[in-house]
Order: sequence, then structure tokens, then C-alpha cells
Amino acid sequence: MSVESLVSQLKGGLDAPICLTWELTYACNLQCVHCLSSSGQRDPRELTTAEAKQVLDELHDLQVFYINIGGGEPMVRRDFFELVEYAIGRGIGVKFSTNGAFIDAEKARRLASMDYLDVQISLDGTDAVTNDAVRGEGSYDMARRAMDNLKAAGFGPFKISVVVTRHNVDQLDEFKALADSYGAQLRITRLRPSGRGADSWHDLHPTNAQQRQIYNWLLIHTDPDAELPVLTGDSFFHLNALGESLPGLNMCGAGRVVCLIDPIGDVYACPFVIHDEFKAGSVRDAGGFAQVWKHSDLFLELREPQSAGACSSCGSYDACQGGCMAAKFFTGLPLDGPDPECVNGYGDLTANGVDAALAPKPSMDHTKPVRITLGATRTPSATLVRS
Amino acid sequence: MTVLDAALELNPQVAIRPEPFGALAYNYGNRRLVFLKHPDMVRVAQQLGDHPSLQATLVACDISPTRWNSFATAFESLKSSEVVRER
Repeated sequence: MSVESLVSQLKGGLDAPICLTWELTYACNLQCVHCLSSSGQRDPRELTTAEAKQVLDELHDLQVFYINIGGGEPMVRRDFFELVEYAIGRGIGVKFSTNGAFIDAEKARRLASMDYLDVQISLDGTDAVTNDAVRGEGSYDMARRAMDNLKAAGFGPFKISVVVTRHNVDQLDEFKALADSYGAQLRITRLRPSGRGADSWHDLHPTNAQQRQIYNWLLIHTDPDAELPVLTGDSFFHLNALGESLPGLNMCGAGRVVCLIDPIGDVYACPFVIHDEFKAGSVRDAGGFAQVWKHSDLFLELREPQSAGACSSCGSYDACQGGCMAAKFFTGLPLDGPDPECVNGYGDLTANGVDAALAPKPSMDHTKPVRITLGATRTPSATLVRS
Repeated sequence: MTVLDAALELNPQVAIRPEPFGALAYNYGNRRLVFLKHPDMVRVAQQLGDHPSLQATLVACDISPTRWNSFATAFESLKSSEVVRER
């Protein structure tokens, strides 16, 4: 069977996801400007420990090999280790993303002692100035401390996860050197205009010239036969229109091979589309997760052949597949047209007559209100609340 | 000696999940996911340990000799991705 026919089979959907992301909580100690899930405050409807274990039982029955845990900051949950150990005990490998705030020496040793566990530390700059501008003051030191602790604990090759932006694209070699210095594996993913990323997209997303720079760099560093190849989560397939394809399946997996479970149990087509339009159901509904995965109207629709729309006359469509559904949706572009970062420039928002103000907003926002005390000595209770 | 003569078995670190196109094989050791792109490949992979060689397994699974070469290539690749191993 050729790769093309395998991909067409995958587009028709699988009996269970290959890659399932589970955001455990909307609570977070940071407020990154590009947070996909607009995290900050815990949602009171969060799944309980018992409910979460029930979901893990179901994933075990569906033979989901591993899950990606994220948030918010997943280690904020008091039952974090309990759930991770439960998953691993049921044969489900865990990869989790963290800002590292809670990985002290003792936790690092605990993590290092577990099998089938991968840790991914988020870092968006190789220096504090570049990183902290996106992830918040002190977050660079926090991440580096976690990396030091993991290394000292003998964790082995943890991952350093970078969202590539206009401001850190020139640091790709430095990120690689940093990962090498820890014996870690570098993961570079695409910025999405999702969550708070919708507001920061226009300032952060790489320029057209930088897209080519990223593509050329990835071509060299993602060789799957290298010992620790740079990983991309298959997130750059829109760049394949520049030439030779990057490693990966080269397709949008939303609702077909991937999906997202959010902290309150809602199931979305992918981690980048937390919006009612892409909500397929809830693990709390009758039939649980399996029912949503196998029978929800949304997922069945996504598994139907998709129209190339405005892209059908473009010779690059087979290579780039029209790009990322989430990137189009949250910038206000039609889903059956070019990606906003189309390397041929067909996704230009102005040329497409998109009014950025009318682009869909995330359905939920867990951003913490920012309290700025004004003239503290004069007015005792004057505060500005921005939500 | 070719891979057809080799005594193979499924790597004990590997789990197989049947799918309409064949199966997904996941190696918990090296965390690699591999696609088995035909249901016949899945049958053969699962029975490797019960027979003295890959060829004997192909015979037992009733795979026509005209397809043995393509199975040899496929299992060579499954060996290098550590889905199956020599016993």
C-alpha cells in the first residue's frame, strides 16, 4: 500500500485516535500570550479524579497507546501523579507538557523513576528576554531550573518544546545547541491563532521569508534516522508547498487521527480549535469518549472527503493540503481555502477581504483578571479588572 | 540466508491495534508508531512466534508464494523498526 493510500485511509478515520491530547486543567501559574486554551483560572467543572480515571479506563479499552497531557499547567492538579501513574499502570504511555515550575529536585527524581513517561518543557526563547516576553517574567529561569533538575535526576532525553515565532526564529540553532547540552530532544511547533494566540498572532507569527527559513532548517534537522531528530508534531505541513515534504503524515488529523479532551471533559477535533463549532461532545455524555469518537456528527463529517475549494486550482495543494483548519478558522478565512501562512501568499487576509474584527473568538476564556492597583496611597480600592 | 528463513517473533514491547487498513503497531520501548498496511500482515506478524521461520508462517497463513517477496521486504522493514525481532 502506498503512503498516499494509507493517508486516504487515515482521513476516513480510525477506530480510536492515534494521538490524543488531554488538557487536565485550565489552571496555570503563567499567562502565555499565545496560550491555545486561554488558560489561567481553574474551571470549577473540571473532571474529578474518579471521572479522569474512568476516561483512562476507556482509553485503555480502545488501545490508545499514549496520551499527551497538557493544560493549563497539568502539575497544578493535586492528583497529577496519581493520574499519570494510573495511566501508565493501564498501559497508556504519557507525554506531558509543562512550564517546569513544579519540577524541583524531588519531583524530577520521581519522574525519572517512571517508565513510559515523556516530559516536555516549554521554552520560547534561548534567553530570558525573548522567552519572557511571550511566557511571562521569570518563566525562562523556571524552565531552565526544571531542565537542570531533570538532568541531575538522570531522567534521560526529555523534550524542549518551542513554539516558533517571528522573534525566536533566528535562535533555532541555539535551541538545538541547548537541547544537545542537556542530551534532550528538541520539538519545534507552529504558532496558532487559537486561544490568546488570536490576539498575539499578528505580532508573533513568522513572516513569509521566515517560513522559508523554518522549512530549510527543518529539512536538515528532522531526519527520522538521526539519533534525536527534531520533532514537529507534524505541524508544518503547510510548508511542504516549498518543495520536498517534511517527515510526517502531511495531513490535518483533526477528528480523524487526533482529538482533544479539555479539562471539563468536552471533546474537540484538535488541540487548536477550542470553540463550540468544533466541539463533538463530552466524555460525560452517555457512551463516554468512545461514543463521541465513533459517532459524533462533527467527527463523521470531518472524515468525509474534504473539498479543496479555492485551493483546487493551485498546483501546491497536494503538498500542503490547504494547511491548518484552526489557523484558517481563527483568522476568519474560509476552511476550504488557503492557510493564512500559505507560502504562495494566497492566504493574505487583506487580499481575501477578511475583517480581523469579525474572526471567531474562542468560546471559553480562563484568563486570570489582571488587577492593577492605581495610586495605591491615594485611592484605597481603585482596581482595573481586565478579563 | 534471507529474512524468509529467519525465525522471528513480535517484539514483546510492541502492542498491535487492528484497524480497517491493517493495524497500528506501537513500540513502548522506542516510542515508535508503525503502520501495518494490510490485514494479512497483521495475521502473519501475530503468528510469527508459532512457526520456525517467516516463510513457514506465510505458508501457515495461506499467503500465496507470489506475494512472499513483498512480505519479505515489509518484514525486513519491521525488523529495523523493532516491531519484530529474531528469536
